[in-house]
Amino acid sequence: MSVSEKRAWIMVVVATVAYGAYVAMVLGQGVGRPLATVSYQWTLVWSVGGAIGASILLDILSSLFAPRSAAEKDQRDREINRLGEYIGQSFLVIGAVTALILALLSFAPFWIANAIYLGFVLSAVVGSVAKIIAYRRGFQTW
Amino acid sequence: MVKATRITNDIRRLRFAAGELTQADLAARVGVTRQTIIAIEQGRYSPSLEVAFQIARVFGVPLDDVFHYPRSEGDTP
Repeated sequence: MSVSEKRAWIMVVVATVAYGAYVAMVLGQGVGRPLATVSYQWTLVWSVGGAIGASILLDILSSLFAPRSAAEKDQRDREINRLGEYIGQSFLVIGAVTALILALLSFAPFWIANAIYLGFVLSAVVGSVAKIIAYRRGFQTW
Repeated sequence: MVKATRITNDIRRLRFAAGELTQADLAARVGVTRQTIIAIEQGRYSPSLEVAFQIARVFGVPLDDVFHYPRSEGDTP
């Protein structure tokens, strides 16, 4: 498995686990009261920071134990990466537009921040899943 | 999501004819990774025209001895 494919797997796992932990903690705090009143800020910061830190660490570890040939990249890797980023970016735009609409409608910052965070997570997860499918099932340039 | 390519190839046969040239050796001579040669051989990836020409050059044959495309919808290559 190439380092690029491993990186996509790491991104899927880390983003899903970090977001799952965040949602569980926020929902746990929100029992019996409106979610928008929950103190979510530091949980979100730790979730995002933890995900970034964990993905960097796992990336380094997987590179250390991979054969040198696995680190090589070629045209196919670049095309698959571009496809994944292109697909992932659309979710980032959806998250941003949703946050903009929520802000215009004067929703609480909780919902705006969570719309953006969900957009980030979906962008990372869906983009990485697209890369994995392209590596596993095939990828045509047209 | 991924539409299967109609391009087929004879890379496996040509590698055998070239004295069991390994996928790794072919990859090194073309300048791509072994995974890319495997993906091309299995029809999971259509290479660029430049890579296709480079593969044909390694075997010393014209491009259409390596890659085939059906003449029409129902045809086999």
